[in-house]
Amino acid sequence: MIDKLASTVAEALGEVPDGATVLIGGFGTAGIPVELIDGLIAQGARELTVVNNNAGNGDTGLAALLKAGRVRKIVCSFPRQADSHVFDALYRSGRIELELVPQGNLAERLRAAGAGIGAFFTPTGYGTELARHPDGRPKETRMIDGRGHVLETPIHGDLALIKAERGDRWGNLCYRMAARNFGPVMASAAKRTVATVHEIVELGALDPETVVTPGIYVTRLVQVPRVATRPGGTAEATR
Amino acid sequence: MSAPVPRSKDEIARRVARDIHDGAYVNLGIGMPTLVANHIPPDREVILHSENGILGMGPAPPAGEEDYDLINAGKQPVTLRPGGAFFHHADSFAMMRGGHLDVCVLGAFQVSARGDLANWSTGEPGAIPAVGGAMDLAIGAKQVWVMMELLTRQGQSKIVAECSYPLTAAACVRRIYTDLATLECTPQGLRLVDAVPALTREALQTLIGLPVAEP
Repeated sequence: MIDKLASTVAEALGEVPDGATVLIGGFGTAGIPVELIDGLIAQGARELTVVNNNAGNGDTGLAALLKAGRVRKIVCSFPRQADSHVFDALYRSGRIELELVPQGNLAERLRAAGAGIGAFFTPTGYGTELARHPDGRPKETRMIDGRGHVLETPIHGDLALIKAERGDRWGNLCYRMAARNFGPVMASAAKRTVATVHEIVELGALDPETVVTPGIYVTRLVQVPRVATRPGGTAEATR
Repeated sequence: MSAPVPRSKDEIARRVARDIHDGAYVNLGIGMPTLVANHIPPDREVILHSENGILGMGPAPPAGEEDYDLINAGKQPVTLRPGGAFFHHADSFAMMRGGHLDVCVLGAFQVSARGDLANWSTGEPGAIPAVGGAMDLAIGAKQVWVMMELLTRQGQSKIVAECSYPLTAAACVRRIYTDLATLECTPQGLRLVDAVPALTREALQTLIGLPVAEP
């Protein structure tokens, strides 16, 4: 019998090796798997590469992981924010590496990883400073139908941590509003995907027409209390 | 003759909104462009896209009704209009990159007369770069419009012969809506669309330092 339900966050996370690439869902206040990030801090893996749209807000969630000194490199599109002081200090003192990626390339590179695509050409970033590898070498380019394109490669994760709304023991997931964001593509792009849900339902209870992430992409899921996420990434239980 | 009176931010937003056609799918960038949503004429149905996976985005909710699972690209709480839809990030950026948006309105540090856009980095040493979805919108929307003040606080034109700041994308901007004039970028250079009263084309050319063709 397939049962992907874990009873604790620690059990859901399992072993995370040092140096792992961890894809972390969320955009702004929506869809951040805070409980899983806290679990990763408790678990202790170091030298991580983290892929997220941002680089942490306030002092909780991803910012807390950075503050704990566990992250060697961050791959993101928008690190600089009003409350990204943890990242800012690490970056300015040279204690964290940044790979800045246009947001659409971030999403598509993750999608490509999940879909088995070796690389893809895109006009995004052509002729800009971001058409370079992190080490400064220019990325391969090609003119296609008279338009400049840049060759972009997939981003594979060892582990994806995502937040969903509802799931079943097969790992089928539904999301809530704009908290869906990177969840589905990250789930497909990692060797192991761990999801939090606020509700676990019987197999067959999810309308198959509305399953967004089919269980094939999900390794473990764990139920967490429903929270209202606030600006700055803090959360408190409501309802 | 009295001196030209610049358009306020809301007046620029109203001017932009006037040019958005009924039925358009539109992405409004962070900052000043978000004001455009407040000025869409009531007889037009315009569908707003937000990069984080929303079509049919509505205005901010009343105080106390914010839901932080429903936010815009600037991370502020919004609402969903009847008929709205949610989708994941790769789908959202496929809409942006795949030429499905009719218009995007972006802020800018500099725009060249040919339509090169610089709006993500001032390239200052030590500054932390952040790009978000700017490059995807710039290459992907059917029309890219810029909304900005024409001059910097130091009085220099933000419309330039060549961008000195790092590019977002080359030759992508179709129209520039400013506090003093609306201009079109063409392969031949700038063309005037309209200007505030009492601002002549000659005076505008002096401010920008570049030729501006007649409407």
